[in-house]
Amino acid sequence: MRVLGIETSCDETGIAIYDGEQGLLAHAVYTQVAIHAEYGGVVPELASRDHVRKTLPLIRQVLDEAGLPPASIDGVAFTAGPGLIGALLVGAALGRSLAWAWGVPAIGVHHMEGHLLAPLIESPAPAFPFVALLVSGGHTQLVDVAGVGRYRILGESLDDAAGEAFDKTAKILDLPYPGGPELARLAERGDPQRFRFPRPMTDRPGLDFSFSGLKTFALNTVRTELPLAADPVQTRADIARAFEEAVVDTLVIKCRRALRETGHRRLILAGGVSANRRLRERMDSAIAAEGGETYYPRPMFCTDNGAMIAYAGWQRLRAGQSEPLAFKPRARWPLEALPPLCASAAG
Amino acid sequence: MEILLPDPEAQLAFGARLAACLHLPCVLYLEGDLGAGKTTLTRGMLHGLGHRGAVRSPTYTLIEPYELPTARVQHLDLYRLADPEELEYLGLRDLLGEDVLWVIEWPERGAGILPAADLRIGIAYAEPGRRLRLEPGSPRGQAVIASLSGTSA
Repeated sequence: MRVLGIETSCDETGIAIYDGEQGLLAHAVYTQVAIHAEYGGVVPELASRDHVRKTLPLIRQVLDEAGLPPASIDGVAFTAGPGLIGALLVGAALGRSLAWAWGVPAIGVHHMEGHLLAPLIESPAPAFPFVALLVSGGHTQLVDVAGVGRYRILGESLDDAAGEAFDKTAKILDLPYPGGPELARLAERGDPQRFRFPRPMTDRPGLDFSFSGLKTFALNTVRTELPLAADPVQTRADIARAFEEAVVDTLVIKCRRALRETGHRRLILAGGVSANRRLRERMDSAIAAEGGETYYPRPMFCTDNGAMIAYAGWQRLRAGQSEPLAFKPRARWPLEALPPLCASAAG
Repeated sequence: MEILLPDPEAQLAFGARLAACLHLPCVLYLEGDLGAGKTTLTRGMLHGLGHRGAVRSPTYTLIEPYELPTARVQHLDLYRLADPEELEYLGLRDLLGEDVLWVIEWPERGAGILPAADLRIGIAYAEPGRRLRLEPGSPRGQAVIASLSGTSA
């Protein structure tokens, strides 16, 4: 079975084709350059979240890249939530309509299920069960994944996501927004001993996170230290390093705790922050020391993309699930409300 | 109207007190730098209106909706908006209603498209804590300030 996946839940427009036997056939996330040909060389600057103008040209491009006619698609998967309702509607309406026109089944996919299953596109893929840490600008969430559709939220951020704390602290340090990766580069030159930031919510049981206080702590440190600093460049690097250490430590402590509490051996990381080098090094060694294993999707499948939606949709379509002609995108959609796959279709 | 709030607890408590003085529909603009405490104030308001769960930052999702017994609250953060016209993609027009409280952070990024403010709240640093400055933009906003002046902290 060959599935077209459409992701339009927030900022990115992502399209991909996943084949049950051949794996991923083509995938693309919208960039200005990617659409060049569609506009005959004149590329209008399209706004973020302008999925209306991006989605159909990107579907054509992905079909072309795979060398496939629309008639070779056996099913369509679109992100049905959670996300921005206006953005979700575009992908849902287009995906459902294409499936109807092509005479194939359609399925609405939960965006976070897409992220959770993304490492299964890779090789070697982790076996179930595993613990997933989704850590990005919009999410910080620990999930117990027993199988497709069998999810239990273990903990999540009560305020800011970790990636958001990175981006905002970068801004506080006068880096351009969103500056999470620049902050990580600045931290390379920082002294980890000079400042010590708190490790929020690690001194009590539980797997929830809170990163808003770290941002405020960074702000207060900048306001008190920077005006007096003999070497402001080094001080900024030292603050960046102390901040990064605090976030990394907090994430490692909670992941180790989640593995112990669930008894699972495998940890998968996804989301933009999982590309952070120091986080990967520290997480890999901490989990290996416990006898566990860590898995990561390739960097471009860590952030929002169509491949994860095509893959999650393929899992559900081949199990016989599909959507009626009336579709219902949902701005809010609890992950734990998803149905498991039927047992007969597993394998 | 100016109010000094020495610590985050006082900011949360003032949020709850403010929520009790509002009449719906109502549009609040929250203005202040990163880390000024706009989301903290919103958390206080939501708790005052009976919300018991987490109050997540809407910076990435742009909008976080809450269905509460006495109000539908739309918590917006427009920091990541490059152009006010992007608000069209959020489907804002479908969210209007008599029981809606709009709490909008970084409203200047939605200028020209957002509904006008009934009340603007500026948050600035003070030693210690924060200084709030409340400015009415409508008779409804004036009534909120009158009501706040009549209640003790």
